[in-house]
Amino acid sequence: MKNTADNVVIIGASHAAAEVISTLRKAGWEGKITLIGDEENLPYQRPPLSKAYYSGDINTDKLAIKNPSFYEMTKVGLVLGARADSVDRANKEVVLENGTRVSYTKLVLATGTRARLLPVEGADAPCIKYLRTVADVDDIKSTLAPGGKLLIVGAGYIGLEVAASAIKQGIEVIVLEAQERVLARVTSEPVSAFYQDIHRQAGVDLRLGVGLKRFVTKEDENFAELADGELVKFDCAIIGIGVIPNVELAEHAGLACDNGIIVDEFTQTEDPDIYAVGDCSNHPSQIYQKRIRLESVPNAVAQAKTAALSICGDNRVYDQLPWFWSDQYDVKLQTAGLMQEHDEVVVEGDVAARKFTVSYFRGGKMIALDAINSPALFMKAKKRICMDLQVDN
Amino acid sequence: MATITYIEHSGAKHEVEVKNGSTVMEGAVDNMLDGIIGECGGCCSCATCHVIVDSAWYEKLDAPDETETEMLDAVPEPTPTSRLSCQITVSDELDGLVVQMPEEQF
Ligand SMILES: Cc1cc2nc3c(=O)[nH]c(=O)nc-3n(C[C@H](O)[C@H](O)[C@H](O)COP(=O)(O)OP(=O)(O)OC[C@H]3O[C@@H](n4cnc5c(N)ncnc54)[C@H](O)[C@@H]3O)c2cc1C
Ligand code: FES
Repeated sequence: MKNTADNVVIIGASHAAAEVISTLRKAGWEGKITLIGDEENLPYQRPPLSKAYYSGDINTDKLAIKNPSFYEMTKVGLVLGARADSVDRANKEVVLENGTRVSYTKLVLATGTRARLLPVEGADAPCIKYLRTVADVDDIKSTLAPGGKLLIVGAGYIGLEVAASAIKQGIEVIVLEAQERVLARVTSEPVSAFYQDIHRQAGVDLRLGVGLKRFVTKEDENFAELADGELVKFDCAIIGIGVIPNVELAEHAGLACDNGIIVDEFTQTEDPDIYAVGDCSNHPSQIYQKRIRLESVPNAVAQAKTAALSICGDNRVYDQLPWFWSDQYDVKLQTAGLMQEHDEVVVEGDVAARKFTVSYFRGGKMIALDAINSPALFMKAKKRICMDLQVDN
Repeated sequence: MATITYIEHSGAKHEVEVKNGSTVMEGAVDNMLDGIIGECGGCCSCATCHVIVDSAWYEKLDAPDETETEMLDAVPEPTPTSRLSCQITVSDELDGLVVQMPEEQF
């Protein structure tokens, strides 16, 4: 910490990176900080990409995680629009795609995730898009005018949020989902049923339990061919079938990876000079007594703090309760905890009035809660789950 | 542009210039002030940006919406002039605004 020639290098310029920088400087890190990111932009918020930014309610300035002057104030060396190609652990250097070598004292991998590609015929056509970056959204919006037809493949949070934002702009929206319900991977049946209703009420053509065979283009028109042979016409398609953690840098450097880069409770990999934080990290959860990989801003930010403090010699166990939110139409969902292996589900409130909660219990203890337009109950549940589960541990 | 005074729970005062269109939460985190976290990035989902607004100023702000009001009920030690600072957008009219940070955020 005293040697000002020391350099903390961060790879991936997003939510986690911005917080590493802030916490390092607040904790008194006097050495250099270098931020390497393959996108051109300074770190910006991804959640609004499918929400307020997609619907046009906010512009790019409002996406910034920190104001540009923050990076001057914190004296960060910015290497943007540059992809890190490998990590040379023996020499403690990051090798960029253009061959430049950047030496590090401590390295923070904050490489996040990338969209999972849809493995069907025709999915490489230019009208088939993925949504992960601001460039992706700008590209999608430039090809879809009001009145256009948007096909969304996959009814996860991102797909459904885009459906809500697009319909608000006068776009016709069709959603295809292979499972029998929306959000099947992340929530329970009552919550799925609720979201199915609100999307259908808003005019989304939601099709559940349908297989997608391939994409075909005929006479300048695009079609999705379903398993039963039906052809669904569209102008632009967005694939939202999940993400894959960017572990290749770590893997090629010989670090253990298994659904993410393996780290300990201080976000440290098996190499004490290399940390991995945010969506790319697979970490132990004391609360749930297992290893998890999360895809959420609160996790990225809190892990980033843990890593920065650890670099400054202050080791604090990372053990935040996972939580998440999603905004669709006038409905705010806030989820506390992880809904897994529950033996009891309790629905309370008024579903028709779009204000209710679904709580999940295991052995009488609350392990998770979904709050629909019920923010105070979400906050209370967050506290309760921590208490209930800590008694266990 | 507005000069905003942030007072930490310890009493430490910070005067910060915040540009129009930014929120009071962003003014604090961009300047690395302690006491406001802003975990959700300002979309009124986390309640980690609670501030107590100077009472003369409180009346001048647009009233909080239903979500914010409910969340303020559940923060540790809410006060009659509590606000979520990510819901206060800065403009010239807010020049001189004074906000206090609570002892702990949610
Ligand atoms: C549309 C959308 C909506 C979302 N909504 C929500 C929400 O409502 N709430 C919520 O909590 N979360 C939401 N998320 C998830 C949230 O955005 C992520 O959890 C968060 O961005 C993770 O931050 P991160 O810093 O770990 O990684 P990322 O944001 O994934 O950033 C990683 C960065 O590293 C770069 N990178 C990767 N490899 C290299 C390399 N070799 N060299 C240089 N750069 C590299 C990537 O290009 C990227 O810029 C949403 C995500 C998306 C896409
Ligand atoms: S920053 Fe999350 S509620 Fe204000």
